[in-house]
Amino acid sequence: MKRYRRATFLAAGMLILGAGTVLGDQTPIRIGVIYSFSSAGGTAGREFNDVVALFQRQHGDTIDGRKIEIITRDDGGIAPDNAKRLAQELIVQEHVDMLAGLIFTPNAVAVGTVSTPSKTPVFIVNATTSNIMAKNPYMSRYSMTATQVTVPLAKYAYKTGMRNMYVIYMDYGPGIDSGQTFENSFTAEGGKVLGEIRVPVNATDFSAYLQRMKDAKPDGIYIFLNANGSGTTFLKQAKAQGFDKAGIKIFCAGDLVTEQVLPAIGEASIGVISSMNYSGTHDSKLNRDFIKAFEAQSGGLPPTFGGVGTYDAFTAMYKVIEAQKGQIDPDKTMEIVKTLKFESPRGPIAIDPDTRDIVQNVYIRRTELRGGKLVNTEIDTYPMFRDPSEHA
Amino acid sequence: MIGNLLYIVFSGVAYGVLLFLMSAGLAVTQGLMRFANLAHAAFAMLGGYIAVTLMNSLGWPFLLTLPIAALGTAIFAAILERTLFRRFYNVSQLYQIMLTVGIVSMSVASVTFIWGSVNQPVRMPDYLSSSIAIGNFDIDRYRLFLILAGGLVVWALIYGIDSTSFGAKVRAAVDNRRVTASCGINVDRLFMLAFFIGSALAGLGGALSVNLVGLSPTFAVDFLAYVLIVVTLGGHGSMKGALVAALLLGVVDVAGKYYVPQTGPFIIYALTVVVLFWRPNGLFAKA
Repeated sequence: MKRYRRATFLAAGMLILGAGTVLGDQTPIRIGVIYSFSSAGGTAGREFNDVVALFQRQHGDTIDGRKIEIITRDDGGIAPDNAKRLAQELIVQEHVDMLAGLIFTPNAVAVGTVSTPSKTPVFIVNATTSNIMAKNPYMSRYSMTATQVTVPLAKYAYKTGMRNMYVIYMDYGPGIDSGQTFENSFTAEGGKVLGEIRVPVNATDFSAYLQRMKDAKPDGIYIFLNANGSGTTFLKQAKAQGFDKAGIKIFCAGDLVTEQVLPAIGEASIGVISSMNYSGTHDSKLNRDFIKAFEAQSGGLPPTFGGVGTYDAFTAMYKVIEAQKGQIDPDKTMEIVKTLKFESPRGPIAIDPDTRDIVQNVYIRRTELRGGKLVNTEIDTYPMFRDPSEHA
Repeated sequence: MIGNLLYIVFSGVAYGVLLFLMSAGLAVTQGLMRFANLAHAAFAMLGGYIAVTLMNSLGWPFLLTLPIAALGTAIFAAILERTLFRRFYNVSQLYQIMLTVGIVSMSVASVTFIWGSVNQPVRMPDYLSSSIAIGNFDIDRYRLFLILAGGLVVWALIYGIDSTSFGAKVRAAVDNRRVTASCGINVDRLFMLAFFIGSALAGLGGALSVNLVGLSPTFAVDFLAYVLIVVTLGGHGSMKGALVAALLLGVVDVAGKYYVPQTGPFIIYALTVVVLFWRPNGLFAKA
């Protein structure tokens, strides 16, 4: 009975949409947003709103006479059930033409189960696990994958003389993925992993782990920890325990040292080597303008990779809507998505037609003090890099 | 080998001192009123935020922020106690837990609203931020400071409980509240004062822990389990019990992470289970 009713709703929704199309109309195009605005996603949520406000100020809120309406829902953190329910509500009741957002992989996977049968294009802003895309033909991604940024970092570490490394990562999905990807790539290059430590998610004191790693005398360590708390504490403790004096280099994914958290880490961040798809110091006019406009919007807070992902997802959606002259068809939308290629504040990006995943430069950066401000300076680039695991 | 052991003890004791400061107040108030105050961890978090705000927004020196963090937390906690907690002293512990867990959740949301969810930046003065190299080991100056400052507080507390009339009254009330009250001692006021001091300690512990473990809105939740373990292992109402339990927990936690990191948090929970098998009411509980 319930399923029957849902089908009726869907049918009714499609009828209304269909009628609108025939009338060549002025009804708004609706974008449903599912993102985390409360709990752990609070900061990211604020950045998302700032970017959307900024984007619509720059690019307007009408295309071909049709207003772009954004309907926002909060999934409240890692909550797949919630995300799925919100996606259903947005599709069935709000008749959205496309969905955007999604910070967490479990939520993205759950939304996928709704997007495929209802043929709703989804523009992923974060959710960085590799395996999301293959199973969800109406999804495309504008962030990165953890593998995509980890493999170049392992290559770079070996290239710059690291031979023996210690690996430490948080004991949960993304941590295990990244840690093991690093280990595999680094050993494939010819390096040796001296040992690995899986850190419980709620760990707060890292001194013993640090001492254990230091005693193993590695050339460097790779860390994957939670950017909001433990990463900052870890880096500060590493400095207090003399990692810099012992000449042990620290490698990590760029989310640990975003421009927003660098002040909290302070001096302990200097010399950290990270890999990421975006850094604030990226030297292009588009990036400088983006940062200036964003900081005016946010009240001085610098943008991070999350903000850039949001900006690019909206660029993609606007391009797709423009190309269809306001008559949105899901399959045509996905055809256009597969040809997307444009300049982002992070550099050139493209959507891989086979995987609908992002192809972009991966930057190796070193955290430095420049003009009294901590920044990530790009020191090497792996150009137009694809997630290797999706092309196996 | 000996060096490793020394390092573990040093690092573990520093961590233990923090845990003690954060839990001591709860041990005493729990012993006095049998009130299950899980919000105690949220008080510690408040102390941390007070210290960080004074340092970052008003440029206060670190050491000066410590007494204010303690005092501010204590005043806040005392207001909460007078207006809210006291109404729940005579109900079942289940209600007390529901109430105080609710306060922990509210504290997480409030702190996120006011300070945001990012880790708070904190800069220690130079004399506390580098390390002193001894052989292969870098003795972190901050941990050294923590042990010394914590030691001072511990001494003051133990002296206060053992050798002052206030301490004697507290001990009496923990042992037998009704008889103490019938001797003309105002147990309600005694409790208020103990609650005030205990919360001040939590605030101090929170402020001292920022540099070591960071400060973000999940602080209260992250430390709740540790605080409860310390109080349970030590035995309700025992200051010395809490001290021994905190140091034990600190050292065992560090040793476990150093020697067998693959066991994760298993070690401290195993320790808790073993100790409770041996002494179900905690190490220093009165029979």
